[in-house]
Amino acid sequence: MSESQYILEMRDITKTFPGVRALDGVRFDLKPGEIHGLMGENGAGKSTFIKIITGVHSPDAGELLINGQPMEFKRPLDAQKVGVAAIYQHVTCYPDLNVAENIFMGHEKVTGPTRRIDWKSMHAEAQALLNQLDANFSSTERMGALSVARQQIVEIAKALSFNARIVIMDEPTAALTQHESEELYRITDGLREKGVAVIFISHRLEDIRRLADRVTVFRDGKYIGCWPVEEITQDKLIVAMVGREISQMFPKRVINIGDEVLRVENLSRVGFFRDVSFDLRKGEILALTGLVGAGRTEVCEAIYGVEPSDGGRIVLEGKEVRVGNPLDALRVGIGCLPEDRQKQGLVLPWEIGKNITLPSLRTFSRFTWLNEQQEHEAAGRLAQKLSVKARSIFTKVFALSGGNQQKVVVAKILSRSLKVIILDEPTKGVDVGAKAAIYEIIGDLAEQGYGIILVSSEMPEVLGMSDRIVVMKEGRVTARLVTSETTQEEILNAAMVVETEQAAAQAELQVVGDAPSETEGAR
Amino acid sequence: MEDTKAPEIAISAQRQWSWKEFFFQWEWLLVVVLLMVIGVNTWLSPFFLSLDTFIRTPATFLDKSFIVFPMMMVIILGKIDVSVGSTVALSAVVMATSYNAGVPMPVAMLICLLVGTTCGAINGVLIAKFKELSFVIVTISTMMIYRGIAFIILENRASGGFPGWYAFLGWGEVAGIPVMMLAFIAVAVIYGLLLHRTSFGRVVFGMGNNATACRYSGVDTDRVTMTVFTLAGLMAAITALFLTSRMGSTRPNVAMGYELEVIAMVVLGGVSTNGGMGRIAGPILAIFIVGFLSFGMGLANLQAPVVLVVIGLLLIVSVLALRVRFTVKKKKPVV
Amino acid sequence: MNTGLKKRFGNAERLRELGLLLFILVLGAAIQLRNPAFLRVSNLMSLFTNTSILAILAVGMMMVLLTRGIDLSIGATIAFSGMVTAMTVARFPQMHPALAIAQGTAIGTVVGMVIGVLVAKFDVLPIIATLGMMNIVRGMTFVVSGGRWVSSYQMPNSFKAIATGRTFGLNNLIVIAIAVYIVAFYFMNHTRTGRRIYAVGSNPSAAEVSGIPRRRLIFLVYTIMGGLAGLAGVLWVARFASAQGDTAMGYELQVIAACILGGVSILGGVGKISGLILGTVLFGILANALPLVDVSPFWQLGIQGATVLVAVMANAMVLRNTERSALRRRAV
Repeated sequence: MSESQYILEMRDITKTFPGVRALDGVRFDLKPGEIHGLMGENGAGKSTFIKIITGVHSPDAGELLINGQPMEFKRPLDAQKVGVAAIYQHVTCYPDLNVAENIFMGHEKVTGPTRRIDWKSMHAEAQALLNQLDANFSSTERMGALSVARQQIVEIAKALSFNARIVIMDEPTAALTQHESEELYRITDGLREKGVAVIFISHRLEDIRRLADRVTVFRDGKYIGCWPVEEITQDKLIVAMVGREISQMFPKRVINIGDEVLRVENLSRVGFFRDVSFDLRKGEILALTGLVGAGRTEVCEAIYGVEPSDGGRIVLEGKEVRVGNPLDALRVGIGCLPEDRQKQGLVLPWEIGKNITLPSLRTFSRFTWLNEQQEHEAAGRLAQKLSVKARSIFTKVFALSGGNQQKVVVAKILSRSLKVIILDEPTKGVDVGAKAAIYEIIGDLAEQGYGIILVSSEMPEVLGMSDRIVVMKEGRVTARLVTSETTQEEILNAAMVVETEQAAAQAELQVVGDAPSETEGAR
Repeated sequence: MEDTKAPEIAISAQRQWSWKEFFFQWEWLLVVVLLMVIGVNTWLSPFFLSLDTFIRTPATFLDKSFIVFPMMMVIILGKIDVSVGSTVALSAVVMATSYNAGVPMPVAMLICLLVGTTCGAINGVLIAKFKELSFVIVTISTMMIYRGIAFIILENRASGGFPGWYAFLGWGEVAGIPVMMLAFIAVAVIYGLLLHRTSFGRVVFGMGNNATACRYSGVDTDRVTMTVFTLAGLMAAITALFLTSRMGSTRPNVAMGYELEVIAMVVLGGVSTNGGMGRIAGPILAIFIVGFLSFGMGLANLQAPVVLVVIGLLLIVSVLALRVRFTVKKKKPVV
Repeated sequence: MNTGLKKRFGNAERLRELGLLLFILVLGAAIQLRNPAFLRVSNLMSLFTNTSILAILAVGMMMVLLTRGIDLSIGATIAFSGMVTAMTVARFPQMHPALAIAQGTAIGTVVGMVIGVLVAKFDVLPIIATLGMMNIVRGMTFVVSGGRWVSSYQMPNSFKAIATGRTFGLNNLIVIAIAVYIVAFYFMNHTRTGRRIYAVGSNPSAAEVSGIPRRRLIFLVYTIMGGLAGLAGVLWVARFASAQGDTAMGYELQVIAACILGGVSILGGVGKISGLILGTVLFGILANALPLVDVSPFWQLGIQGATVLVAVMANAMVLRNTERSALRRRAV
């Protein structure tokens, strides 16, 4: 067959940034009317790859062909012209403008010699695009007033307004609930039927399984392989991404679980969660799971005092405590590893040592006068204990890899004397090697007698690490399970029991049906 | 990626000395500029280069310097306070009015400090508790309000007639060194230690870089913000004390535009307006550069407006130069 | 759920504008009760004449604020443009007034362009760049004038007529302000560039990615602001028939305050011409009608500052409340 079988072909793409080879001879191809999944761990080079297709970066070496024609994108506009559109995970909209303007920003419709904006035809066309996508909102609505899912629909409408033939979706489901994901699947399927080629990037195996025709995997900036989705098992896919079997990753140890250390009773926060109760014992790892948006993070933020609850009690070692801010929490002995390491966990331009001692500065100061000698020694000890890999504690944190940064955040928590540690998605965005190290650390912490709340969306992690599991859905606890006696089906069921829409439930059951192999892979 | 293969090396707690880093500092540039200014001044007037110049002349420009340090702290925090000039005016006016209403001078001076501190505290509370309002809008409106109150109190009159001993503050000397110089040294030392040697200073730097992470680390961020702004108000009141003493009387339009000069000195001193960076030595050098520069322009018979232009230029040029410095630094590969 | 919440915000915005209108009416009625001269046509005309310069400047400031910037230099630009123009007409009394206006506007435009370059090209913080320019331009005003004033008798009548003459029965200043508002309304709502100014303020990084010339637009808004300040300088000098080194000192604060009262957000992306009109009218009343009810002019600055602070705080509280009640309605 001729080359023009592919709408997009990329050969031997290499891109180097100072100090990093982001892409190393990568290839990729895309047929019209195909949904092509792109997978890989964080740092595998996916984002750089997209930026090359969309013309944000130009490659150091390699060829990019559109319909068999070699192309060179100098600016994002060049890529747009040949029909490449990207929909990013964090929606890049203008919240203060209306939907029609968001769709046509950059290629507004104008009329007359004065080239004034033709509002009428812009709204008409925008509404037509929205109808085409079965969206039930108006083009006159303010973008900021829409939910994330609807904003994504607007982004897709925007892509269609360009007559895009190649649509790149970068982790579009990451911020969506299961319902909203279903909607997105339907729309993406619709795009395929229209002959649009879609590159679908996702961490969720079920996304790929539901949607993609083929899947390509990158690892460490290298091309690993490309398979039709029905020809590859999930195990193999994981091995391709990770580079080894995941089975040795969970060093679940036998730990003597002690007395109750924390009890949460009917904790509520208006608009976010209600009547959340659970208890936690010394040395126990309690997994708090559920879909994104189920209120898990909000519960943690309430226990840690970031956004205090407005009802219910927090009882620590039998005494009720009031937690109005993180300072209170740390004082009574509750620590937290926040979800967003870079924004909430670290002062990036700072040295490792300064970061580690930030929560415990009081210990090293007398009348606020700092004893730096003591501080450095303590920081060095903690960094050593967690085997942070760096030359010295004076290395700046932004220069560290994700896993090492996460270790620094853990070291921060350990600088205080605590009883309960909340870990909110501790392995998010961490490469596989570091993941194992972090699991090791979590095991150590439990062994030392900390009570641990592990918030996680990753089933293997939940099943592999925890002693008990609390499942949340839409702000309420839907199940309390003992890990050794439960299955992935039971958890997923509790996390997304759908009473209203039978169809959606059916679809999810299908996913669940496929899932056990993943669990076995984890064991 | 590579560090997984690297052999395990124990992380060191020893800082490595680097000559390159030592000399690659903004402050050295400021030292050179200061020497140039002194050189030009000497060329303009052969009498300039004397011990007296360096001990007595600064008293002519040191009144503002008391606000430079708190402003530095505010900017390190990632914010800007444009109300300091108005705070100076209000505290001075209230002090003068209460003295002329029969309050004993020492008490009037305390009232002055109290008014300034209150002004700062109001800024701090508003900024800490109304996070959705920008610090720009808060301090712009309090800038209008504080000076507005000063105008309401004194309209366009001047108020003075202070007791003779009060002039000592602005004009007096102890062991041949002006009181203002001594006060300046004391304030500089206190702020230097506060910023670089205490946990409070550490937290201020941290919040300038990432306030969210500091809150998650158990820092009472609201309290720090309020403290920093309250200190700015207190220091503005101290400026009011010295300024009024030097001038012998005060008016509601006193210290107009001080905020600009002070911000200019802080920025020239290498403190990034993005927050989280800066060292005490920079602004100290900047105070003397700007001070001697104005003094020198006086020697050259240049008028005040030219000084205005030069300070404006200095502010813009130093921001541009700082920018260049950071881009140069960024290009170097990190560890 | 989220939608409901944000919709309430939309309503809150409209509510704010209504509240402002109501406040103006109540304030007007109160003043009218104290002094019946207030609502006389002659008084209203002089109120609008006095407010028109503020209104013209507010348009430029709104554009700057929309892009998340601020311009503190306009008081100085007014003085500089006014001074240079006044000196020119004093030297060449035959000069056509239109030419004088063009000259002043051009001077302001150049100042605006310098700021535009600093902010757009070199990423200098707007507050810093404009503070610096404020000093430079103010200093230059003193330098070119040698510290002297240009007084009424030095200016030809044709020049003073810019601010005293009438067109269509309205004072020229009001006519110019209305013209500026019509052009601005069309520009902000019906041209691509105008809408893109909103886009840049609403989400700067998205604007960059989608190929909108962010830096060029930022340069543009400071240039427009400078041009309007230059124009205002000529009008100011013609109106008060004197040009001084300290003309319009601190006027930038009033312009910013008027914008904020009119609902322009200092965080960018939000602000409408309609709100701006309300804001400047309210400010005009505060500035011009207070003497009618025997409030000393020395109270003005304080009252203006307090109004701004109360307005932004009230706005913040209303938003917090709507947010809270929206959350309460959200089923969990």
